[in-house]
Amino acid sequence: MRISMDLELRDTPGQLMHVLAPISNLGGNVTSILHHHDKKTARNTVPVSLVFEMDEQKLEELQQKLDENDVLIVRMGKMRLRTKTHVLLIGHIIHTDLRETIDAIDGTGFAEVQDLSLSMPAIDSPSSAFVTIMATGVEELKQSVEILKDIAQRKDLHVIEPIDDRGVAGG
Amino acid sequence: MQNKTPPVKLSIIGFGAVGQGVAALVQKVPQLKVVAVADSKGVALMPDLEDVLARKKAGQPIANSDLTALDVIRTVAHDVVVEVTPTNVVDGEPGLTHVREALRSRRNVVTSNKGPLVVAFNELNKLARASGVALRYEATVGGAMPIINLIRDTLVGTRVLDIRGVLNGTCNYILTRMVEEGLDYDQVLSEAQDMGIAEADPTYDVTGIDTACKVVILANAFFGRKITFKDINVVGIERITLDALQLARQRGYVVKLIGDVKELSVSPKLISVRHPLNVSGTLNAASILTETAGEITVTGKGAGSVETASAVLGDVLSIIQQRH
Repeated sequence: MRISMDLELRDTPGQLMHVLAPISNLGGNVTSILHHHDKKTARNTVPVSLVFEMDEQKLEELQQKLDENDVLIVRMGKMRLRTKTHVLLIGHIIHTDLRETIDAIDGTGFAEVQDLSLSMPAIDSPSSAFVTIMATGVEELKQSVEILKDIAQRKDLHVIEPIDDRGVAGG
Repeated sequence: MQNKTPPVKLSIIGFGAVGQGVAALVQKVPQLKVVAVADSKGVALMPDLEDVLARKKAGQPIANSDLTALDVIRTVAHDVVVEVTPTNVVDGEPGLTHVREALRSRRNVVTSNKGPLVVAFNELNKLARASGVALRYEATVGGAMPIINLIRDTLVGTRVLDIRGVLNGTCNYILTRMVEEGLDYDQVLSEAQDMGIAEADPTYDVTGIDTACKVVILANAFFGRKITFKDINVVGIERITLDALQLARQRGYVVKLIGDVKELSVSPKLISVRHPLNVSGTLNAASILTETAGEITVTGKGAGSVETASAVLGDVLSIIQQRH
């Protein structure tokens, strides 16, 4: 199960190990870590947002370990992807490392590529892909599409975005 | 109109598909009188419209005088100049000079030519105001589909927040036909060229330039912009593959070349098959987002001789009505 967790860590070196080691020891796999250094709290702690995959049964044990390590858990929950969009990609999608393109979205911690249908014609012709991206919110979704557009520009892929939904029927 | 007011005099400058369409329609309107028709080779003064139409179709010269189009605009007494020469987006010529001179000569101008408006929209509107005459250009955007007069006259009670639409029939034909028939881009393009839907050089349409010109005109007319073609972010349809269209279609989406007036952009966009802008073939469509009237969508024929001419004729008649 994919878990998202907001933590507060003391602003001293090595604190992150107190979080990552227990996750790793319990067989978890971290997808994304965001250090909010710019949002330091009055308690002199640094907020950290974490997304990881882990067996749901082991969550309680993880919480205990984090407690013991003096890590403050502000919020924890299943990552809920509430918003969805579709994007078409045209170009040399495979040759330009499809995995990296997907990882860039999945690695955000707030969005993931939920589905990707690929059509590959002759070897030299451009491929086409219909990509479904889900994110935790509207802003996050926009941000993930921007990330995809940046990568696409670098890889000379043509991106076709959906029309901005203004609440029109069927938009 | 059965009263004895003298007919309103027009010149038709440019005698291609639209000019001929205007000539054909004007014949049926007794209150209008064409005093001159100009094509690229010469001028027919006080023409018999039936005769010049027949000559043009037969490839014969129509000129019966030594005057140039500019001479007609400057010196022949008339009320409305119908400027329907081909669009040139680089410098707007020859249309720009025609429109400028007509306005300076205090003649009303009705045009289907995007060139002058894309190059010098604000200058020409200022000039029209200073001369106390009208400059009308309904036919420049969406052909027969009403949009400019619709916004200016009918939607005066609300603020327009955005306009976006499918504004190029050639691109829409190609994108529709590819996915409906399972043909690739090059096949459909050459088919469209055979049918006269696409030009021999399709660059102007498929790279999005034509749509961008329409965005420029709408942005200047309704959003107080002072922009030209260079200010629009343009992506065309040339890179779109049949595979991409089919993948989208399987999920309930189509791709349309969308001009967005608020964003000043032209690019292919994914839209739901149920979206009001999902029109097929050579049709145009535009959605006008308003502050208090919600979204209003119009659709209609974006090109064609008689269709475009009907929008030109509408502008001519509305100028006359406003005067009375």
